[in-house]
Amino acid sequence: MLGYTITQWIFGILSFLSIMFGLMVVFSRNPVNSVLYLVLTFFCIAGHYLLLNAQFLAVVHIVVYAGAIMVLFLFVIMLMNLNQDSEPQKTWLTKIIAGVAGGMMLFVLVGSLKGSEQLGLNSYGSSQIGLVKNLGKVLFTEFLFPFEIASILLLAALVGSIMIGKKEIK
Amino acid sequence: MLTFIIYKFILCAIVFVISLAVAAYSTLWERKFSALLQDRVGPDRAGPFGLLQPLADGGKMFFKEEIIPNVSNRFLFVLGPSLFMLTALMTGVVIPWCKDVSIGGKIYAIQITDINIGVLYLFGVVSIGVYGIMIGGWASNNKYALLGAIRASSQMISYEIAMGIAVIALIISSGGTLSLREIVEQQDAGLANIVWQPLGFIIFFVCALAETNRAPFDLPECEAELVGGYHTEYSSMKLGLFLFAEYINMFVSSAIMSAFYFGGYNFPWSHELYAALGFQDGSVWIALIGFLAFFTKIAIFISVFMWIRWTLPRFRYDQLMNLGWKILLPLSLLNLGITVVVEFLRGHITY
Repeated sequence: MLGYTITQWIFGILSFLSIMFGLMVVFSRNPVNSVLYLVLTFFCIAGHYLLLNAQFLAVVHIVVYAGAIMVLFLFVIMLMNLNQDSEPQKTWLTKIIAGVAGGMMLFVLVGSLKGSEQLGLNSYGSSQIGLVKNLGKVLFTEFLFPFEIASILLLAALVGSIMIGKKEIK
Repeated sequence: MLTFIIYKFILCAIVFVISLAVAAYSTLWERKFSALLQDRVGPDRAGPFGLLQPLADGGKMFFKEEIIPNVSNRFLFVLGPSLFMLTALMTGVVIPWCKDVSIGGKIYAIQITDINIGVLYLFGVVSIGVYGIMIGGWASNNKYALLGAIRASSQMISYEIAMGIAVIALIISSGGTLSLREIVEQQDAGLANIVWQPLGFIIFFVCALAETNRAPFDLPECEAELVGGYHTEYSSMKLGLFLFAEYINMFVSSAIMSAFYFGGYNFPWSHELYAALGFQDGSVWIALIGFLAFFTKIAIFISVFMWIRWTLPRFRYDQLMNLGWKILLPLSLLNLGITVVVEFLRGHITY
């Protein structure tokens, strides 16, 4: 079809959708709509993982981000009853500062991407690396140390959030 | 390729129709069962023994006046029940219904798709399911509906954790596969998983009750406090979709419990029975008998769900949260630890 393979077509459509939904997150006035668009963005990203043959990552992405974290976001927004009317009006100065800060973040990201070398799909032997068994084996042998460090980081964040969430420490 | 698509399409249609039919007759069975427990007759006017009652109920739902509140968000208001129904139907995709059938030398699997992350897929769909309730409850622009939606989301997230850990233990004891067909086939060769995972099954069962919003965990639609909960503002078939999806969820979770813990379409001495009747592997009869066995288990589970609903009173909200976080979660972790030790001693986990 027009010189592109089906995979390329799917990639193009998914990329278009994820960027579009990402923009909708920012531009929609209602925070609940923003969260729902973010969920759609996550679905598109999960589609990208599927294209990379990383089924485990795709499903876990949906379970954790779309299924748990976004539900909590929605929960908090609904509980606080945020809507268009109660949205705080920001001054032009804050808007400009936020724009500059975001632009610099983009600049740094693009710069670091440009410097990094291209990691192909097959750098770990086969394109089957995304399957559960292979991923588990690699995670618990070759990358055991970073994996454990990440889990300790998460544990620390968990304890910290409980400490902050507590009303008073007895 | 074309025959493959047609065969999958037919399979999808059959699973769709069966899900709807079972859900429809579950509503009748629910009313009959409650009547039995309360010493009443139950619905008996429509057709013999009230067998046409689901049709009458469905027809009533369709012909009722449909009211969409002026202050609601119209699009999300319609999206809520549709999404809830969609996710309820999507879970049936990975369930293996019976043994493979070979027709004319070709082997057909009676399962829509056997993805190797089937269990994770189930969790993904279940975790998306709560959006239907949340969106519907929020879009109604009604305090009671909003409270119901918030309750539903916190309840589902809380019980998903214990459920997930119970399933991890199950996966470890069935050799680390995430494919539902392999889990079921393993129980054909050995014992049913309930023998190795009794505690895990109890945790899973309680969590399934909570995930399907069935009594005693039906806090999101608790009529004594919240009028109708998340579907307060809904009328006509949109209300019908919410109520109906609950029954489909019940059917699917019963199917999953029988597949995970009770061998699915297998039953004790099935091989001896098939050998005595002289059936070859892949014969249609084996598939049919397995299908019947599977549906018997499902029917028993659905009845237990109803039995619980008409026996136990509803929890208070703090009791619900305490049960989820302080009892089921530690129990499931304990179960996981015990499973790992037992499987290590059985030599199933190699280092």
